[in-house]
Amino acid sequence: MIATDIDVEEAVSQPARLNHLQALEAESIAILREAVAEFARPVMLYSIGKDSSVMLRLAQKAFYPGKIPFPLLHVDTSYKFPEMIAFRDAYTKEIGADLIVHRNEKAIAAGANPWTLGTQACCGLLKTRSLLDALEEGQFDAAFGGARRDEEKSRAKERVYSFRDTAGQWDPKNQRPELWSLYNSRLKKGESIRVFPLSNWTELDIWLYLYAEKIPIVPLYFARERELVKRGSSLILYQEGMKMFPGEKVETRKVRMRSLGCSPCTGAMPSEADTLPKIIAELMAFRRSERENRAIDHDEEGSMETKKREGYF
Amino acid sequence: MATHMADPAPSAEFEEFLEAHLDQEMLRFTTAGSVDDGKSTLIGRLLHDTKSVYEDQLAAVKKSRVNRASGGHVDFSLLTDGLKAEREQGITIDVAYRYFSTSRRKFIIADTPGHEQYTRNMATGASTAHVAIVLIDAKAFLKHGSLLPQSRRHTYIASLLGIPHVVAAVNKMDLVEYSEETFTAIRGEFLDLARQLGLKSVEAIPVSALEGDNVVSLSRAMAWYSGPTLLEYLETVPLQVEELNGPVRFPVQLVLRPDSDFRGFAGQVARGILRAGQRVMALPSRRETAVRRIVSYDGDLGAAAYPQSVTVELEDEIDVSRGEMLVAAAGSGDALPEVSRHFRAMVVWMHEDPLVVGKTYIAKHTTRTVRATVRAIRYRVDVNTLEHGDAKRLAMNEIAEVEFETNLPLFFDIYRENRNMGALILIDGLTNATVGAAMISEAVEVAPEDEARPVLVLLPGREALAERVRERLLLRGERAVIVDDALIPESALVGVVRALQLAGVIAVSARSVDADVLGQIDNFIEGGLLTGEGLDDDEVLRLAGVSE
Repeated sequence: MIATDIDVEEAVSQPARLNHLQALEAESIAILREAVAEFARPVMLYSIGKDSSVMLRLAQKAFYPGKIPFPLLHVDTSYKFPEMIAFRDAYTKEIGADLIVHRNEKAIAAGANPWTLGTQACCGLLKTRSLLDALEEGQFDAAFGGARRDEEKSRAKERVYSFRDTAGQWDPKNQRPELWSLYNSRLKKGESIRVFPLSNWTELDIWLYLYAEKIPIVPLYFARERELVKRGSSLILYQEGMKMFPGEKVETRKVRMRSLGCSPCTGAMPSEADTLPKIIAELMAFRRSERENRAIDHDEEGSMETKKREGYF
Repeated sequence: MATHMADPAPSAEFEEFLEAHLDQEMLRFTTAGSVDDGKSTLIGRLLHDTKSVYEDQLAAVKKSRVNRASGGHVDFSLLTDGLKAEREQGITIDVAYRYFSTSRRKFIIADTPGHEQYTRNMATGASTAHVAIVLIDAKAFLKHGSLLPQSRRHTYIASLLGIPHVVAAVNKMDLVEYSEETFTAIRGEFLDLARQLGLKSVEAIPVSALEGDNVVSLSRAMAWYSGPTLLEYLETVPLQVEELNGPVRFPVQLVLRPDSDFRGFAGQVARGILRAGQRVMALPSRRETAVRRIVSYDGDLGAAAYPQSVTVELEDEIDVSRGEMLVAAAGSGDALPEVSRHFRAMVVWMHEDPLVVGKTYIAKHTTRTVRATVRAIRYRVDVNTLEHGDAKRLAMNEIAEVEFETNLPLFFDIYRENRNMGALILIDGLTNATVGAAMISEAVEVAPEDEARPVLVLLPGREALAERVRERLLLRGERAVIVDDALIPESALVGVVRALQLAGVIAVSARSVDADVLGQIDNFIEGGLLTGEGLDDDEVLRLAGVSE
């Protein structure tokens, strides 16, 4: 459905133009290939979410008929939903991808958690620190991420090639200008670049593409009766052995996840959408941004920008 | 895995919706305005009135500590001012990208700031845009008596970056009593400027971003205006097809060799349409063959058009690497690109360290990276008056026509004809900073001996001269090495010269070489042999293109 075989006869008289999904796909594939051609050791950050699923399919397309020529890296905080881990292991095996799982075992053993540390410190240890360690251990000079510019205000200024200093940090005032589709991949030792092939995709584009391409995603995205706990304004899925606060009780509601993060910090939303078409229809009907259910972005105004400066994706 | 895709047959209604969305075209536009022209407010208004702002984002703006609007208005500019520093200072400091769609098109906005020192950001946003919206403050126009220098600069940069359509959004009409007379005066000056710059598709629309007049909804306060709203204009402006109709250009990004049976050339069609079975020529080797298959994950394609990313398999095993290019074979009727090391280009300088004549930069053009030496600054453009003047150097945010010489030939079309084939970025080889953007204006004809670029300079017994030639070549921005190292036996010389040729490095030697070996080298260097036999030093230097 996506790759258009242009009717040659028609093309001669009136060339077919690509629709927006085809144009986005072509751009993303070009970005993936360019980075593989120019960097010594690229890696793909694989978060198991819907955007990662799209990015992975684009990588399959970019290097077809060859295999994906770089490993996938999953930063496991130990708080991911079990459904995510099961999906990760089965799907990467199915497509023959090389998977690296990295955990900040020291912090996990020390009991790092969002309840006592707060979400910022917890993310700092289990996500950002862990990611930076994994990139350094693997000596990766480029890391693909599935971030989109429409997700959050500080992401809107992100380049396709986002330069990071030797500490992996982002300086929004000192980014390289990026013109046309000519990307500057030159680095000194220890510096790296985060590459965002999905920069120009919107949330709707992602869902449309998942549907058009029949790409498998984690079942948590689909609405189903689930056990959960109401915490503040968030609906937190109930997990075996979960830390409960006074007055909280487990209830059952039909919900789905709009984005997938760590189980204690990612809220579910009430929904009847148990198929992709219903999710897309629902998405069109309401107007709340997808990161709204992520506790981490809301700690303080500009919190995503602060995290990105520190090295978060 | 298929179990996760438990979709029942979607409803006919949804199919219709999906088809409509898949068929949407994508339009990229950029906005340019001076500090107080109300650009962020305009974009905020476009997003808000097309219902592209999420409730929670709007709520966050409403409760934000900073609110620049008064009189009970929501400050829409806060929707787009992303970074903390900006919110605190009330300015926009970098290019930001925004997305929205209507039932007709998906839009990508490159939102660029209007400060004088940030010309580079406008050029960045403009480089991929189909449409430029130039914000003109109607009230400031009245006060100043003419277009502000910034508006002239923004329109000039839009023309320089080759944006096909330019529209003036004449803003703050609410502050000039929605006066038709004022709008007509601004429109007249803007159209004169556009004509002077050679812009072909121009339009002017009177708006009030704050009140919402003529942005998405037609203004009741300006009944005298009968043209489209800004959104209608964006939804209907024809998308360019020039990239599809031109001669085919396929820069090779990557060679895919998953196994010994398959060798595919992966790339994105930069211009025109590439067809299976078509005769093609590889540049720079000029060897010809045919396209055997156009391979994609979704099956073989009969043709691939700009801007599709595909993989091409060729009939014959010819040597093509990243940075080389497939074009239509000679005699196909398609014009060949220029193949040259000498060209002139309009340069927008983007770095604190100035561009200086004689300096060599790294240049990236399509998928090809070369070294480019500044030969001359032909003239500098005063962006406020558009007058040409002399310059020895180019400071940040200055624009000039510059003459370059590269160490390896580029395959290009001029920027005016095709943006992908005429654009390059300049990188400082020491700091790795992206320091400039260049748009090729013409190839420069050079005398054959100036164009001559040896592959091997052979000067038996003349060690001092060999070293001098090497030094002169380095000064010219070439890479050159002496191959008289004791670890390179004569038997290895053929391979060494070939490897250096492929890497774009000139081999220089003072050794005596057996005629047999020389014959083998001569086979592949295509006239790239310069021997010093019977020539004095000056003649050798002249023929090597490095006269003193």
